[in-house]
Amino acid sequence: MIVLTGNDLKTGDVVWWDGAGWSADVNTAVDVGQEADTIALREDAACRVNVPYAIKAEHTSDGVRPAHIKDRIRALGPTVRMDLTRRPDDAGAQDWVI
Amino acid sequence: MGEYPRFRTDAAADEPAVTLDAFLEQTNSASVLIEAGDDVQRLLPMLDRVRLVEVDFPRFRDGRGFSTARILREAGYTGELKAVGDVLLDLVYFMRRCGFDSFAPNHPLDPQQVEAALNRYPHVYQDAADDAVPIWKLRHPQLRHE
Amino acid sequence: MYRYDRYDQEMVDARVAEFRDQVQRRIDGQMTDDQFKPLRLKNGLYLQLHAYMLRVAIPYGTLDSRQMRMLAHIARKYDRGYGHFTTRQNIQYNWIRLADTPDILADLATVEMHAIQTSGESIRNISADQYAGAAADEIMDPRPWAELLRQATTFHPEFSYLPRKFKIALIASAADRAALRWHDFALRIVKNAEGETGFQVYAGGGMGRTPFMAYEIRDFLPTQHIFSYVQAVLRVWNMHARRDNIHKQRMKILVHELGQEEFTRQVEAEFQHMLTLDTDFPQVEYDRIAEYFTPPPFEAGLTDRIEQSEPGFVAWADRQTAAHKMPGYAIVNISLKPVGEIPGDISAEQMEMIADLAERYSFDELRATHAQNLVLPHVRKQDLYAVWQGLVAAGLADANLDLVTDIIACPGLDYCSLANARSIPVAQQIAERFADPERQKDIGELKIKISGCINACGHHHAGQIGILGVDRKGTENYQLLLGGSGAEDASQAKITGPGFDEAGIVDAVERTIEQYRTLRNPGERFLDTYRRVGMEGFKEAIYG
Repeated sequence: MIVLTGNDLKTGDVVWWDGAGWSADVNTAVDVGQEADTIALREDAACRVNVPYAIKAEHTSDGVRPAHIKDRIRALGPTVRMDLTRRPDDAGAQDWVI
Repeated sequence: MGEYPRFRTDAAADEPAVTLDAFLEQTNSASVLIEAGDDVQRLLPMLDRVRLVEVDFPRFRDGRGFSTARILREAGYTGELKAVGDVLLDLVYFMRRCGFDSFAPNHPLDPQQVEAALNRYPHVYQDAADDAVPIWKLRHPQLRHE
Repeated sequence: MYRYDRYDQEMVDARVAEFRDQVQRRIDGQMTDDQFKPLRLKNGLYLQLHAYMLRVAIPYGTLDSRQMRMLAHIARKYDRGYGHFTTRQNIQYNWIRLADTPDILADLATVEMHAIQTSGESIRNISADQYAGAAADEIMDPRPWAELLRQATTFHPEFSYLPRKFKIALIASAADRAALRWHDFALRIVKNAEGETGFQVYAGGGMGRTPFMAYEIRDFLPTQHIFSYVQAVLRVWNMHARRDNIHKQRMKILVHELGQEEFTRQVEAEFQHMLTLDTDFPQVEYDRIAEYFTPPPFEAGLTDRIEQSEPGFVAWADRQTAAHKMPGYAIVNISLKPVGEIPGDISAEQMEMIADLAERYSFDELRATHAQNLVLPHVRKQDLYAVWQGLVAAGLADANLDLVTDIIACPGLDYCSLANARSIPVAQQIAERFADPERQKDIGELKIKISGCINACGHHHAGQIGILGVDRKGTENYQLLLGGSGAEDASQAKITGPGFDEAGIVDAVERTIEQYRTLRNPGERFLDTYRRVGMEGFKEAIYG
């Protein structure tokens, strides 16, 4: 699947396009397919999200898993500060990234 | 493209500026366009027949034009020095300090915002092509009469 | 240390107001990211993986307790309770919101701090010897010149849109603690045969994807003309640097392409022209600035004796202190490299505890180092024990200065949008592997430096052992380099061969170090042994 991601303009938070708006949870990301560029341009112009861009991801039983490690780290948080990630109590989160 | 702002009271040159190469080859133009990458030193021997120098900023990130302006002013050029191209609001203040006295930005600038930007900083830290007095001189009033 | 007068304060306050206006224009949609980016970078604001990152300038690495407490306040109020000291003596925060940045800069301005010169294609915050004003081996305190240059280059109208960043370093001793020759422009204060003070000048260094060590462009520059000379260098570069490829716009590339001789010739010609413009700051202004750096009221007749009863303290004092120019005083290095922790990271609470120690025991002065540690520059030897106890309480009493666990690491792929691989976990695993203090001591001086991409913020080119993280078909891979130095014996590290995965690189480092222990002659550091036997002496041990 192709998903759209970026950082919220005001907060810098990592966000994912959920079909209607931007969500902080990677698992709400939808497949934008051919629409990636159209949505990215529109949202960039709306100045809500910094330079939205499309990435490849996979729908797994565990949720949406970006193809590249960089986007998995973005989806989770820094692997060296698990307490600050989105899954602070999940021992399996590290493995999900790597 | 806008012709704003201009900080001169003389009449603007009405002939189109020619490239540096063209200017050096012909003698009847008084307006020259310096493009990024041109060696402005080549113009210095001819400054007495120049009324207008346009300095092109192809992208706002390309800061060669700032040095071009300084070199011209340091060589004694007093004619019009115009910044053209990707001239953004936040560059105008530095351009003024480098000796530019007119502007032709690709996208028109808002006069109120230009005014605010030019008056943003109450002081300057160093000498430049303008007549602003650097802070170090303000700190030592005895030096101002030398 | 330097204090702002009303002029300095008004300039910084104006900067805050300007950025507040720019942020508002961006939030209101009046500017694209492309237009806003250079403006936010001029105020130290990056967009990283998880949030905005704000880099705050610590001019020439000097700060006082009031400033350190403000850094703690910012960590707590606007970030997630911590900050990260960088390899250019600055501090950065990882979880900043755009809308908060004007308020953060306003808070910083109340303690004479800012984020000017910390990013973008600008003249960067000048780095200096962290022992300045304290070192037993310095000619003079170099910081007045650093402050003069800070002011002279701040908001410089001609050089605010440079081809790339421009990094300056400044020292005043034979020992180099500031990685001098890895900077675009570097100055060492020296005396000539007539006993006059001047600068030995280096130009054209830098790390990144195309590393070069700076060459000596001038053996003696009279101090009073430093600003003219800097402007001459900047103008030659600004006019002639390429603008078509961001990877080839640093000054080192121009120096390389023109050749050192031609670059020097052009700079000298421009310098002669600059002198006619008379833009140098006068002696009275230097004197005014230097006044702020007069030595603190050191006491005479203090004991040089150091408490010997507690082994943990003795080991710490032995490793973490350096010779001070005044009898009875020592320079204290505070390790921000506790084994298993993140190099350079520090919590708000730790910042405050260190601020207290500085105020009480070091004439209110603190320094940041390019190796991501901190320094209390002026501690009475009789107070060392109390300082150590304070550091134990703060969890920062590790005795590992310049040892194998004192690792420089950039934030890497855990935080940085440019990174290709994570740096911090590699640093942590190496530190854990060599955690045993006896083993570290036996290995001796060994500087490991880790970067998560070729931009080399982790100084891997200057690592005695360097590690470079790369992206190999979507997985993290690490190259091993040997033989670099950022000290007075500067050299560029060389790649050993094929890279390793995360576990593999830690093993490879261990094999390298064991080979050194096998090969070393008495008294040889790792770097000495490497220089004697060369890469060949290590290759088989590393790759089998």
